[in-house]
Amino acid sequence: MQNSPSYAIESNDLSIHYGAFTAVKGVNLKIERLKITAIIGPSGCGKSTLLRSFNRMNDFVPGCHATGELLMQGQNLYSKDIDPVEVRRKIGMVFQKPNPFPKSIYENIAWGARINGFKGNMDELVEQSLRSAALWDEVKDKLQESAYALSGGQQQRLCIARTIAIQPEIILMDEPASALDPISTLRIEELMQELKKNYTILIVTHNMQQAARASDYTAMMMIDDQRAGGVIEFDDTKNIFTRPKDKRTEDYVTGRFG
Amino acid sequence: MSQSFDLKKKTRIGESAIQSLLFLAGILSIVTTVAIVYELGKEAMLFFGNPDVTFAKFFGGTQWQPGIGNYGIWALVSATLTTSAIAIFIALPLGLAAAVYLSEYASPKARGILKPILEILAGIPTVVYGYFALLFVTPILKSFFGDHIQVYNMLSAGLVMGIMILPLISSMSEDALSAVPRSLREAAYAMGATKLESSLQVVLPAALSGIGAALILGISRAVGETMIVAVASGAGPNFSFNPLEAAETMTGHIARISGGDLSYNSIDYTSLFAIALMLFLVTLVLNLISQWIVGRFRERYE
Amino acid sequence: MKTQTPYPQGDAFHASLRTRYRVATIWQILFLSALLIAIVALTALLYKVVDGAFGYIAYEYKDDPAEFTPTPVNELTKEELLVILKEELSSGAYNKLNNEQPMQERSQADLLNLFLERLVRIDTKGTWSMTDSLLHKAEIQAEVKEKYSNAKLEFRSWLTPQFLVTPMSSKAEFAGVRTAILGSLWMVGLAILFALPIGTGAAIYLQEYAPKGWFTSLIQTNINNLAGVPSIVYGMLGLAVFVRTLEAFTSGSMFGVTDSNGRTVLSAGLTMGTLVLPLIIINAQEAIKAVPDSLRQAAYGVGATRWQTVWHHVLPNALPGILTGSILAISRALGESAPLIVVGASTFISIDPDGPFSKFTALPIQIYQWTTLAQSEFHAIAAGAIIVLLILLLTLNASAILLRNRYQRKY
Repeated sequence: MQNSPSYAIESNDLSIHYGAFTAVKGVNLKIERLKITAIIGPSGCGKSTLLRSFNRMNDFVPGCHATGELLMQGQNLYSKDIDPVEVRRKIGMVFQKPNPFPKSIYENIAWGARINGFKGNMDELVEQSLRSAALWDEVKDKLQESAYALSGGQQQRLCIARTIAIQPEIILMDEPASALDPISTLRIEELMQELKKNYTILIVTHNMQQAARASDYTAMMMIDDQRAGGVIEFDDTKNIFTRPKDKRTEDYVTGRFG
Repeated sequence: MSQSFDLKKKTRIGESAIQSLLFLAGILSIVTTVAIVYELGKEAMLFFGNPDVTFAKFFGGTQWQPGIGNYGIWALVSATLTTSAIAIFIALPLGLAAAVYLSEYASPKARGILKPILEILAGIPTVVYGYFALLFVTPILKSFFGDHIQVYNMLSAGLVMGIMILPLISSMSEDALSAVPRSLREAAYAMGATKLESSLQVVLPAALSGIGAALILGISRAVGETMIVAVASGAGPNFSFNPLEAAETMTGHIARISGGDLSYNSIDYTSLFAIALMLFLVTLVLNLISQWIVGRFRERYE
Repeated sequence: MKTQTPYPQGDAFHASLRTRYRVATIWQILFLSALLIAIVALTALLYKVVDGAFGYIAYEYKDDPAEFTPTPVNELTKEELLVILKEELSSGAYNKLNNEQPMQERSQADLLNLFLERLVRIDTKGTWSMTDSLLHKAEIQAEVKEKYSNAKLEFRSWLTPQFLVTPMSSKAEFAGVRTAILGSLWMVGLAILFALPIGTGAAIYLQEYAPKGWFTSLIQTNINNLAGVPSIVYGMLGLAVFVRTLEAFTSGSMFGVTDSNGRTVLSAGLTMGTLVLPLIIINAQEAIKAVPDSLRQAAYGVGATRWQTVWHHVLPNALPGILTGSILAISRALGESAPLIVVGASTFISIDPDGPFSKFTALPIQIYQWTTLAQSEFHAIAAGAIIVLLILLLTLNASAILLRNRYQRKY
């Protein structure tokens, strides 16, 4: 099956299992290029598990495996001949808690570029990436200082900067603002609007307003009676929040659930 | 009808007696330390109080024959430094490599087999390592170096001491590596790093201070190790840094001289305490630094 | 979209990734080889020990056994040996042996040893390792035949039941580790008797009673540091305090023992007790820490005092952990030699220790002594003694593991 070029990535009946237990079941998503797609749902419904399956981060969880298809440019990312390192090179990730490397600000960005064989001017790349992450003005005088000296919000933007430095196609964001204060959260959201000019963004959030404000499409997840999570509704964000088709989505987005 | 009762504090003699006993047991460790410092210090003072002994001779000289007025501690320190350096040269890279393998690569099953082997190595008495050094390693070295190497030599003792310290370095380094949060490894993988790049360039530097603590404790262990050097390194002070030569370490010297008939208050007797005091202070400082680093390292990731 | 990129794309990227993987494989092999080196070292060590404990020995009789008896040596009965020894040994020597252990009560093997040691007087010409003995049998036989025409060549296990029950001797062929094992047991027993109650008490104090503050953390830091003090420094402490200052007590002179100085098994036990004390404290603290707080709260909730809580609830639950720690401390003490050398273990002693004020030797001390002697037959009995020591340690550690697994509870 060939995916249409307007989609950055699409899943066909994608399920994720921990041993015999199915955590996420039968997901069919077509993620549109250069758009922001939000995944929402109550906690424990498998949002993060699904997101992490998109760049095969779940490979590191013992016993975790996926069935079904995840297609990027017609290649199934879960087929045997796919190298997960190449996948992650193309699909970057920003995590829930800021996790800069215990290195300097400069090195945090340069490291990923270097291991991926970057040939250009490193100083330029660092500046460009920090500018794109709206962090340059705050750190341009202390590039050699430890990244740990930055505030939480700045650390998270640094993590975004180092991700865009390696120029992936897609950026996965796993509740990137959940550990941050409201102002830092706002800055991340503004940043996402800038980034979608160049990158396809897939974001997991538990924050309803954030999904409504920041995303173009929204996938609603929910667990079934076997405790397996699944996408129950996937639509324009506007539709999800104004006239959801599924009763459970309506309950959830209006706050009558969870 | 309810009976009246008294809730005031009562002295429970049994309870307080027990608590006092436990307290005494608790501070006995302090007493031990004080006793070590006091006893070693007292005899060392007698040694340094000898008009013939000067600090200049002690820290400047390279001949150690207290009986005839040579008090140069360097004759013993040189061997301690040489054997310890060889030991660390072996134990640090091997221990670190083993730790990275166990922490980052090995499956739980492989760990279950490999770790006990290191633990067995750690549990072998040092005198057995001495036997191994003198009767196994030295003959092998002899076949390489021929007449250039002496029967007793620092190289053999140092090499075997390295094997002895390896488990210590590897288990402490492994603790440091596993204390590095998973999120850092994930961050590296998410940027397209291979396992090696994540292990060597992200996890290892993040665990560096813990590994430093392991290194320092390893040095302290090597400096204080007695039996391997007593058996294999040589029985006579010799100011030399040549690993192929025989030379006696500080610990080896204490063991050899104190094992003989010693009369209290002789210069031979008091000089041993001066050496032991130095040994104690050096290892104490090393241990304290190591503990301090481990403590700070733990704080950082907790 | 990004039109131009400074990153290698497509095949260029695949190629560079292949290189990265190749490098990664090389490093992984290096990491693994560190462990292989450790395994090889351990194997070599164990092999060397076993290799040394068995093998050929070539010996001559200084006096022909036929001069004493017509019966071939290996067919002598206990009765025949008793008669021969009585007749041939000088009466002084005979009485001395009889005083150590009455001749009638001795075993045939023991008497045979005495016969060979004192009368026939075996003279060892050479020994060979197990590997040599098995692989170069013919060469050894030829060599012995050529050099020592009268010598007998025999494959010998230096580790025999006899080796365990025979006291020390100046001839390796007749030496055993009986005195050393008994010395080690006395020393370890005294050490534990001293260190276990105090160590457990200290751990209880630190975990259950001590107020949080600088003094408690000083004690804690101090204990951690003591655990890292070189063992020979403990030996020096023992020499100064137990052997010298407390000589009246450790020599037993204040209890009426006259023929001893402070270099007794009691001094050694106390020194070793001081050495293992921090280990016992640290292990006991861990065991006490593992007892859940809910248990303490339950006890307080029914009106127990602090000590009642500790004694009835905390200690019984921590006991397996404390015992495991003690066993580990015992094995540490069994393997230590340096402090024993300093406090004055005797290297040559053939009388069993019979009390805390005895002179003593210990297994590691014998191993040390025999290893440093030049004659190869002593290296062979050193190997035998090492096997005895390693088996002892293995048994102890295995029982510690069993104990831990058996009582490992999940709260």
